[in-house]
Amino acid sequence: MLNKKWLLTLIAILALLLTLVACSSSDTSDETTADETVAEETTDDETMAEDQSDDAAMEEESSGSAMDSEAAMVADEFFSQEQYDRSMRQMTMEAEGPADQPWIQMLEPEMIDTSEYAKEGPYTFCFSNAGVNNPWRVVGYTTMLAEVDLHPEIEEFIHVDAEGSDEKQISDIADLVAGGNCDVLIVSPNTTAALTPAVEQACEELPVLVFDRGVFTECPVSFIQPIGGYAFGQAGAQYIIDNCEGDCNVLALRILPGVDVLEERWAAAKIAFEGADNINVVGVEFGDGDNAKVKSIVTDYLDRFGHIDAVWMDAGATAVAALEAFEDAGADYPIIVGEDQQDFLVKWQENGLSGISPTFPTFQWRTPIIAGLHVMNGEEVPAVWRLPQPTITNENLDTYVQPNMPPLHYAMCGCEDMPGFPENWGGQ
Amino acid sequence: MSELTTTNNGPSTWQRFAARARSVNPIYVIMILLLLGVGYLNPRFLEVNGFLAFLRRAAPIMILTAGQLYVLVSGGFDLSVGSIVTLVVIGGALMIDNDPANTWWVILVLLAGGVVVGLVNGFIVAYLKVPSLIATLGMLLVLRGAGLYWSGGAPRGYLTDNFRIFGRGNIENLPLVDKFPYAVIVLAIVGILATYLFHRMVYGRQLLALGDNPRAAKLSGVRTNRVRILAFVISAVSAVIAGILLGGFSGVNIEAGTGLELQAISAAVLGGAVLLGGSGSVPAAMAGALALELLFALLNLLGLPKPLRDAVQGLIIISAVAYAALGTRRSK
Repeated sequence: MLNKKWLLTLIAILALLLTLVACSSSDTSDETTADETVAEETTDDETMAEDQSDDAAMEEESSGSAMDSEAAMVADEFFSQEQYDRSMRQMTMEAEGPADQPWIQMLEPEMIDTSEYAKEGPYTFCFSNAGVNNPWRVVGYTTMLAEVDLHPEIEEFIHVDAEGSDEKQISDIADLVAGGNCDVLIVSPNTTAALTPAVEQACEELPVLVFDRGVFTECPVSFIQPIGGYAFGQAGAQYIIDNCEGDCNVLALRILPGVDVLEERWAAAKIAFEGADNINVVGVEFGDGDNAKVKSIVTDYLDRFGHIDAVWMDAGATAVAALEAFEDAGADYPIIVGEDQQDFLVKWQENGLSGISPTFPTFQWRTPIIAGLHVMNGEEVPAVWRLPQPTITNENLDTYVQPNMPPLHYAMCGCEDMPGFPENWGGQ
Repeated sequence: MSELTTTNNGPSTWQRFAARARSVNPIYVIMILLLLGVGYLNPRFLEVNGFLAFLRRAAPIMILTAGQLYVLVSGGFDLSVGSIVTLVVIGGALMIDNDPANTWWVILVLLAGGVVVGLVNGFIVAYLKVPSLIATLGMLLVLRGAGLYWSGGAPRGYLTDNFRIFGRGNIENLPLVDKFPYAVIVLAIVGILATYLFHRMVYGRQLLALGDNPRAAKLSGVRTNRVRILAFVISAVSAVIAGILLGGFSGVNIEAGTGLELQAISAAVLGGAVLLGGSGSVPAAMAGALALELLFALLNLLGLPKPLRDAVQGLIIISAVAYAALGTRRSK
């Protein structure tokens, strides 16, 4: 009675496995035979290389063939040579404004007149937020609320949480505009393209400030953002290149494909790795920001390659899990790229690791409130308010470790002197 | 196996062998094939320590699947287990509050919490007659919301080392294997208990009867509500145990647990459990979970991208259910 069932399953599973093996060997065969692969393998899809095709083709040979894998691709729409050059330039620049208040500093500002919006207080500020759905946004939003409290002239602060949904945010913005109570609208868009029309409509009614992620329109009075993903990705990669001795096995861990900030980080790192002759990128993997997955991936790579000398990450949330995989395997700690989350900083300090943390600073959540008040007073603001993007290094690490803060607190919040710190941020 | 006769003039040796082979659940064969495949690509896998390390990684989902099987066999679903795992990881860290002395009572509180969640799930399904899919989906949302509210969206506190030892630690310096993961011991204990309860005790038979035909079970004297509620309690408690292991393995993380309920259901179905109840086996379901993890490891070693992995998981669920349905129709 079971005979047919039994056979059927076996055949089905075998067929499935065979298909998988066949599929995978056609596009990733170069990965399993890492050493024999040569540069000609570069496919047309590797759009990133097009911008600097001459250099890239030459340098391809030095980096590992994992760079040809699907996870290593950067799609055209996510790479802009102009923005890349701007990021690289701004990372070495001195920002204008007080150095101890990076949230009001600006890089290469082009000031614009806002006198048409000038208005007597008190004000109602409205904020359409993409979501408060990860620790970075929780720290940022807490910081923003504290900034609002600093300004008594803001009588009302209306916050609408889109919970990570484009549709909800589009209708949120429409509701806020139709309500007619807002003097200023601050938007942190959920995704770039989807929110553009909603922002354009709001621009017709009132001054709009966009921060964190961007939109495809220049109608907002000011767009507030740190230097950006390219600088983030490049800083980590360059540190690995400069500090890894001899032939260096690098594992690159990404969260997920298709998010502009993250794609930019990887694009810049890829350019840097391809230009270095001591770097062998053994793998480019997506870990979904999940500790357990990242730990499993790193363990598998340690098994496969024996030693991994450096781990590059596009976001630091899972850096500790990656390091634990080395501990559990009894391997030496790698050179590590993390972010400014406390759990990682503590681990870095305790173990005297060689590491670096580029940051996407949460202090940027203070800036839109300040910019909004400038606009209400009719003062000039930059059309693009480019904030500095500090990097935590072995040298300045100690100033950012805060044992009294929760493990997922972001050190670069610029919130230490604000009322309610540290309790409101979960500290003790 | 009961149809096997061993008289002298019975079936030939070959026929007997074939009959025996046919009665083996195909999941074991699949599991061994996958194991060989992974071992071929990464020989360390077939060494004792490599395999134990892998078992440690697979332990949470295997335990979760064993618990889920009870609910599946009773004819229901338990979708709340993933968010129980999340809540265990986040809530554990909050309650321990960085003091290792708190670990033991926190574990007890978590287990008790699991019992309560299971009782509520079971009560809603058994007495309020809410379909389990809806009841546990609601519980999923409640628990996820509670976790987010409790932690303010960002987990706080660390899981102490003595909490994490279950998911991460090893017994060191043993003869034969130099280290043996605690998680594998927990897995073995849970596996044996779950198997014994399901296959050797009256409760298991009552559960099968309930899943197969609730009315007939009731008429023959099974206290169906009690049996059903207990199934949800077992599932929720297994989720707490899985959460303790997973939190130990990977540390505090809001992503912990997401999507595990579907993995557990697909693993159980892969192990021959019939959706909507009445049939299943604990060891086979756990083997299904291991096979699924092996499959992921294999796809990983082959360098397949994540979307393809998801698609494969979907294909497996569909084909497993299709083949189960095929079998049921024929036997009726």
